[in-house]
Amino acid sequence: MRYAYYPGCSLHSTAKEYDLSAKEVARSLGIELMEIPDWICCGATPAHITMNLLSIALPVKNLLKAKSMGSYEVVACCAACFNRLKVANAFMETRDEDRRKVEDIVGEPYRGEVKVRHFLDVLANQFGLKNLKEKVARQLTGLKVACYYGCLLTRPKDITGFDDLEEPHLMDDMMKAIGVEPVNWPYKTECCGASFSLSRTDIVLRLSRDILQMASDEGAQAIVVACPLCQSNLDLRQGMVNKKYNTNFNIPILYFTQVLGLALGIEAKKLGFEKHIVSPLSLLKECSRRLNVGYIPTKREP
Amino acid sequence: MKVFISQETIRSRLQDVLEKECGQKVRQCYQCGKCSAGCPISFEMDYLPNQIIRMIQLGMEKKVLSSRTIWLCASCQVCTARCPREIDIAEIMDFLRRRAYKKQILPKGEIGIPLFNKIFLKNIESFGRLYEMGLIAMFNLLSGKFFKDFSIAPKMFLKQKIGILPPKVKNKNEVKKIFKKSGF
Repeated sequence: MRYAYYPGCSLHSTAKEYDLSAKEVARSLGIELMEIPDWICCGATPAHITMNLLSIALPVKNLLKAKSMGSYEVVACCAACFNRLKVANAFMETRDEDRRKVEDIVGEPYRGEVKVRHFLDVLANQFGLKNLKEKVARQLTGLKVACYYGCLLTRPKDITGFDDLEEPHLMDDMMKAIGVEPVNWPYKTECCGASFSLSRTDIVLRLSRDILQMASDEGAQAIVVACPLCQSNLDLRQGMVNKKYNTNFNIPILYFTQVLGLALGIEAKKLGFEKHIVSPLSLLKECSRRLNVGYIPTKREP
Repeated sequence: MKVFISQETIRSRLQDVLEKECGQKVRQCYQCGKCSAGCPISFEMDYLPNQIIRMIQLGMEKKVLSSRTIWLCASCQVCTARCPREIDIAEIMDFLRRRAYKKQILPKGEIGIPLFNKIFLKNIESFGRLYEMGLIAMFNLLSGKFFKDFSIAPKMFLKQKIGILPPKVKNKNEVKKIFKKSGF
């Protein structure tokens, strides 16, 4: 399996551990991710609420770059990038008149021919959960997590279309397949406030508090995510949530690729766990002690 | 104030423009309120999403475009996903913000969000990829909150989550051209 890889801005900065762990997981499964050379920002939310054509032209430019690599399938890890690339494709496929305007901006014809997939979709549906299960090299039994999907991975359905809209389950299924226990909780698709992180931090704190509280109430030891914005709001702002709401949360926010990487037997230090603000290291140590396999960051166990 | 809906009042000019430009059938709305029930930010809004839709039907353009609601929408798409009339409410919020941006109407007491958007886009226009440090510094400077997030910045540096220097992208002019041709 070979894909053009679009990391997006977050995976090169605030979500480096997502980038590291996704690449490690891909490597260990024999999936080739070739980074699109000179990719540019997808424009994210600020573009689509300011200018329609700009918000389509930026993703289209990236899809054209992927096409010139000879690749007709792009993988994205960031839920927001994934969403914007998919929206751009739908726009170019269906809106004849406006398509010409975008083609004029980017200087090339394009009709949405480069397909876009999220890495979760590739792993769960293309590589297959059964095959993943066979690759498990380290049992993580006893680890309880809340799978948090957020907004843009599943909505709107006719754009994203790879998981259930109100009750997504692919991350839960994956966790089960690799021996991790997902808790049943009602906040899988709640919003964290996403791009208000800087402009209206108070909103983000309130929404993140609700999500952390629910996960904690349901007995999750960690929250597993597939979006760098969700991760950064819940991880980076967790201390501020505790301060503002007088709570005592200490819940690591892990990328699904990090948990999967652990289960596949990849060394923990290659998965970027030290980059988290709420450190998952004591949880991982506890996990490894219980399993009596030594501290998890060691070589691949049999 | 009582407003009675009739054939005349339900066909506003704003509604016509909206239906033409983004293909959303606002007149389909029968005010069930599902959009507002699911909206995660409704507690901060001056008008609920379903009220915005009704105001569009009634042609209350000025009030809609200067509302804080349209900027507080987080584009989470819950409203769109749940609308039984298949109206893409999140797309309507986008349309309204783009219209407000074009007409240079800013919401009272909510200038932080449009300011953030503008700085974000300027940042991309200049660097091709997001330069977080520049974004944070510029936002703090222009919003007057100089020391916002000062406590977490050192951690971000230490963990190499944000760099001091802008990202290196070769084709900066290509990005600038896209912005220019899009009318930014």
